[in-house]
Amino acid sequence: MSINEIQDEIIDEFALFSDWMEKYEYIIDLGKNLPLIEEQYKDEDHLIKGCQSRVWLHAGLEGDKVVFTADSDAVITKGIIALLIRVLSNQPAEDVAQSDLYFIDKIGLKEHLSPTRSNGLVSMVKQMKMYGLALHAKN
Amino acid sequence: MPVTAEKGFDVEKLRSDFPLLQTAMNGKPIAFLDSAASSQKPSAVLEAMDTYYREKHANVHRGVYQLSQDATAAYEKARELVREFINAPSSHEVIFVRGCTEGINLVAATFGRRFLDADSEVLISAMEHHSNIVPWQMACEDKGAKLKVIPINDEGELLMDEFERLLTDKVKIVALTHVSNTLGTVNPIHEVVEKAHAKGIPVLVDGAQAIPHMQVDVQELDVDFYAFSGHKMFGPTGIGVLFGKEKWLNALPPYQGGGEMIETVTFEKTTYNELPHKFEAGTPDIAGAIGLGAAIEYIQSIGYENIHAYEMDLLHYATRQLQQVEGIRFIGTARDKASVISFLVEGFHPYDLGTILDKLGIAVRTGHHCTQPLMERFCIPGTVRASLAFYNNRTDIDRLVEGVKRAVAMLR
Repeated sequence: MSINEIQDEIIDEFALFSDWMEKYEYIIDLGKNLPLIEEQYKDEDHLIKGCQSRVWLHAGLEGDKVVFTADSDAVITKGIIALLIRVLSNQPAEDVAQSDLYFIDKIGLKEHLSPTRSNGLVSMVKQMKMYGLALHAKN
Repeated sequence: MPVTAEKGFDVEKLRSDFPLLQTAMNGKPIAFLDSAASSQKPSAVLEAMDTYYREKHANVHRGVYQLSQDATAAYEKARELVREFINAPSSHEVIFVRGCTEGINLVAATFGRRFLDADSEVLISAMEHHSNIVPWQMACEDKGAKLKVIPINDEGELLMDEFERLLTDKVKIVALTHVSNTLGTVNPIHEVVEKAHAKGIPVLVDGAQAIPHMQVDVQELDVDFYAFSGHKMFGPTGIGVLFGKEKWLNALPPYQGGGEMIETVTFEKTTYNELPHKFEAGTPDIAGAIGLGAAIEYIQSIGYENIHAYEMDLLHYATRQLQQVEGIRFIGTARDKASVISFLVEGFHPYDLGTILDKLGIAVRTGHHCTQPLMERFCIPGTVRASLAFYNNRTDIDRLVEGVKRAVAMLR
């Protein structure tokens, strides 16, 4: 599936939730189940510092596709990371670099990607696209 | 039993003075528990500023016309209100600044320029806000001076023995917070000042977190500098106060150059205006000063004894109620504490707790509260902080406790 097909799929899934509680319970669940980043990548080099929560991000290339793994010390942040990975991981590097992540706004989680929130997610998205760009150039 | 600190203190009536407390957040009535970051404003402050702009505004200290004279009088009246409020000997020892941060920067920069050298030390504490760390770091870096830190115990209290040990002849100034924004600790300013003065060392006190809760008398404390912000004491943002003893303010060079702070200017040489104008370059925040004056009058109409008694009761109630939460750990358990509660719930990140509390209409602060070295001292990523003002009630506390329990249930 393409990046936008996955985004649309997530939007449809979130439409089923009747209130914020259900939505957050789902995100928390995603956070708990996110496959962890390999311990060796949980270091200073892969750390994206936020004022509120910390995020670690690693990108690798499998064929022409970028594979992301990530972690955070806060579970809600981690749940949103799980969504970002579902959308952007295993996609062609060029597509990652050029992606427009409209789903965050549509599922009502925009506040988590606001710079004032300072949870590391804004920088993480920027970093993911940078990786896409760099890996595409390398290819 | 509901609290009536003193006759005449009616929290529900006081709440109605604050328009923002009548609003909603995320569809729920707001439980505002973040007054240590910035307090809400009573109508009296809003109206004073509105009236000023609508009817009385002109630049100060300049015009010969009536309106400007009146604006000047209103601005200077606010200074006099501040003087009386903190019992400063003279109103020219009251400098209007943008906030506590600017007040500290003013002293650090000018004191550093005049009095620091490669041999000197500046003494701060482990519980300082970044605003009382970084300006001193910058001043020290400029002169190659050293920044020394008074350590604290696990309760969040200053280690006074260590303080005395660190108070060597090399120390040129002690800069200390009156009340910790993260821990709530009330520091023994008297004792610190006495010991520092015995060695001829001046003391600057960061009063940002003290002034909303307690009567501050700069003569009784005998502090050399005392800085605080208007917006944390129910006044507007953008205005604050630096009190300095006249002998020190006269000894310091000007901070910023511009209009108002000069006496004569030629291209060869400028001579500076007298206190307080020497430190107030440019057009000041006139409306802010007037709003601050209104905030002072508002606080005085309630009375600090009432505020203190009520807040202590609410603090103890909140601490007791929060103890019901399994795994809760309080950060900051000093004997002498202001109404600030920092906590963690074991196994849960403060960001997650704060996010869910927000959805429930409860405004708390999460994170390191601009005290990163303090978080390192306790080896924690941050805390959830509920800071109480006299306009908070037991319903706010009950909602917080229920909210934390609900968040924990969701996150578990």
